[in-house]
Amino acid sequence: MFGISAPALLAQLLVGLINGSFYALLSLGLAVIFGLLNVINFAHGALFMMGAFVAYFLLNLAGVGYWGALVLAPIVVGAFGVLLERTMLRRIANLDHLYGLLLTFGLALIIQGVFQNYFGSSGLPYAIPAELQGARNLGFMFLPNYRAWVVVFSIAVCFATWFAIEKTQLGALLRAATENPALVRAFGVNVPRMITLTYGFGVGLAGLAGVLAAPINQVRPLMGADLIIVVFAVVVIGGMGSILGSILTGFALGVVEGLTKYFYPEASNTVVFVIMALVLMIKPAGLFGRTA
Amino acid sequence: MKISVSMLALTAALGLAGAARADDKNVKLGVLTDMAGLYADAGGKGSVVAAQMAVEDSGLAAKGWKIDIVSADHQNKPDVGVNISRQWADQDKVDGIFDVLTSSVALAVGGVAKDKNLVYMNSGAAASDLTNSACSPNLVHWTYDTYMLANGTGKAVTKAGGDSWFFVTADYAFGQALERDTTAVVVANGGKVLGDARHPLSSSDFSSYLLQAQASKAKVIGLANAGADTTNSIKQASEFGVTAGGQKLAALLLFASDVHALGLKVAQGLQFTVSFYWDANDGTRAFAKRFSDRMANKQMPTMVQAGVYASVNHYLKTLAAMGGNPHDGAKVVARMKEIPTEDTLFGKGSIEPNGRVVHPAYLYQVKTPAESKGDWDIAKLVATIPADEAFTPLAQSTCAMLKK
Repeated sequence: MFGISAPALLAQLLVGLINGSFYALLSLGLAVIFGLLNVINFAHGALFMMGAFVAYFLLNLAGVGYWGALVLAPIVVGAFGVLLERTMLRRIANLDHLYGLLLTFGLALIIQGVFQNYFGSSGLPYAIPAELQGARNLGFMFLPNYRAWVVVFSIAVCFATWFAIEKTQLGALLRAATENPALVRAFGVNVPRMITLTYGFGVGLAGLAGVLAAPINQVRPLMGADLIIVVFAVVVIGGMGSILGSILTGFALGVVEGLTKYFYPEASNTVVFVIMALVLMIKPAGLFGRTA
Repeated sequence: MKISVSMLALTAALGLAGAARADDKNVKLGVLTDMAGLYADAGGKGSVVAAQMAVEDSGLAAKGWKIDIVSADHQNKPDVGVNISRQWADQDKVDGIFDVLTSSVALAVGGVAKDKNLVYMNSGAAASDLTNSACSPNLVHWTYDTYMLANGTGKAVTKAGGDSWFFVTADYAFGQALERDTTAVVVANGGKVLGDARHPLSSSDFSSYLLQAQASKAKVIGLANAGADTTNSIKQASEFGVTAGGQKLAALLLFASDVHALGLKVAQGLQFTVSFYWDANDGTRAFAKRFSDRMANKQMPTMVQAGVYASVNHYLKTLAAMGGNPHDGAKVVARMKEIPTEDTLFGKGSIEPNGRVVHPAYLYQVKTPAESKGDWDIAKLVATIPADEAFTPLAQSTCAMLKK
């Protein structure tokens, strides 16, 4: 606390916000999937990793660069998600949440295992796109242009998703379908297809986050496994299924974690879980959750 | 007098029993490593492959020996490592434990090996404590240690003008040992250490620590971490303009697999210290080719994996010289220390009384993309550190066994 300069503090705040972008994007996907499908998607980290790998393969096999990957990778990962939903998740839709959790957890282990077998654990290199290379001096820190882009882009995607689900006709229909599928079906809406596409969309967000992370981290099989536990804590703190909650909590916890890394790095891996425990004791439904 | 006679008889009987068991030709090796975590490419499956190759190359199967290899994943957790080694000793009757990278696990397993009188040949962990404060009659430490790394990369960087350091350190036994040993070398060579930032093992974001390192204005940022922690630190350091800002990165432990993963564009110019590089000579190249053919990801062997090969090789050579497996860890290790080490990967060497295997070490520099002629053509030799300078001099070792 003492001898800490304001510039250093500002820098840590900004760094926290950058990490928060990933938490927000990932927890947003989880929240969408849980809110609309009631599936606790443990495969989210593995799909995030797949997004990064798809970006790598697009570049190295098809010559498609970062910007193309930003569009294509989420679609590929989303399509894979649709396949998962159609072939497996659908079969357990009416069972207890635990089954979905176990199924997706198993899927995550299999996907990670396969990637690990063929690509090893140290991963593959992926460069920052030429347009976003370099850093600018903000006076208190060097801000890499790419990180600035990540924050701005994530906020835009999060806001667009929130808007689509909470404020549009389509979103209203989606929310209605989860409340009462039979009634919505009576209006002539193809509810199963809507659910499949929603899962594909949530998973596509994970793929998108994976592409964003590829130039920062190594593209490696465990990149998602390291993140997913924290992201689940974010979702729990924000309130399961709350779209806005997951976004705000994602950014906020990134900042809290960043500050912890500075003041007391030993706790940086646990601080999120301490907050989770506290929130669960005081507000069991999460900060933004509605009590069932 | 009577007592001493019966004692004599007992000793003779025991000696006979020992002799009767000495032609036992069953051996069971356990490879304990990180199978799926951040160090899995340095050791992992490759360590098991290396052990299998050493067993095949020994030719002992044709002479009536039965050699089995078991392997397990310690997940970089000391408690998991200890439980597996106990189970190996008690139920599976494993004779020797190999690899055991991750220093925290290595130190914990050392206790089990001593309690259960196993052979413990560590070729994966770095903490120099293994042959100092934690030395034991059951341990042989192959390949490298933090003293060697500090005296390789640390010394070279300091002597090249990098006289002020800031450490980014993995906060566990290994990182602390590496920071400690490097600090000693930096200070001895007229440099000073300005501070450190310690991160938990297996982190993915290093920007907080790198910002602190940048703010310290130190000339050198010493990365006292390993595996994916190091590759992510290096990648993010280049993103934050650390080198562009005039600071120099010193990756104190860098495996060939890390350099390959980073790509030469990011890693070029970095110096690293190893005791084995796959492209050093015809012998290492031949080994590397056979090794790579057996790996699903076609990787070249790291020094940890080469160390597993060499240590299994020496272990089996010793057993063959003893004419059988006495299933007595301390006894085998004592005999091992009498035989000079020699193999195609590390050349000639010897095992010191404290268990440290001494052989030359090499300072390599990562090639530029233009210099590289192939996917794994990643480094060029800068300097050779002779065996007697690469490791802690015996006179300085704090190993308790040396004082008897």
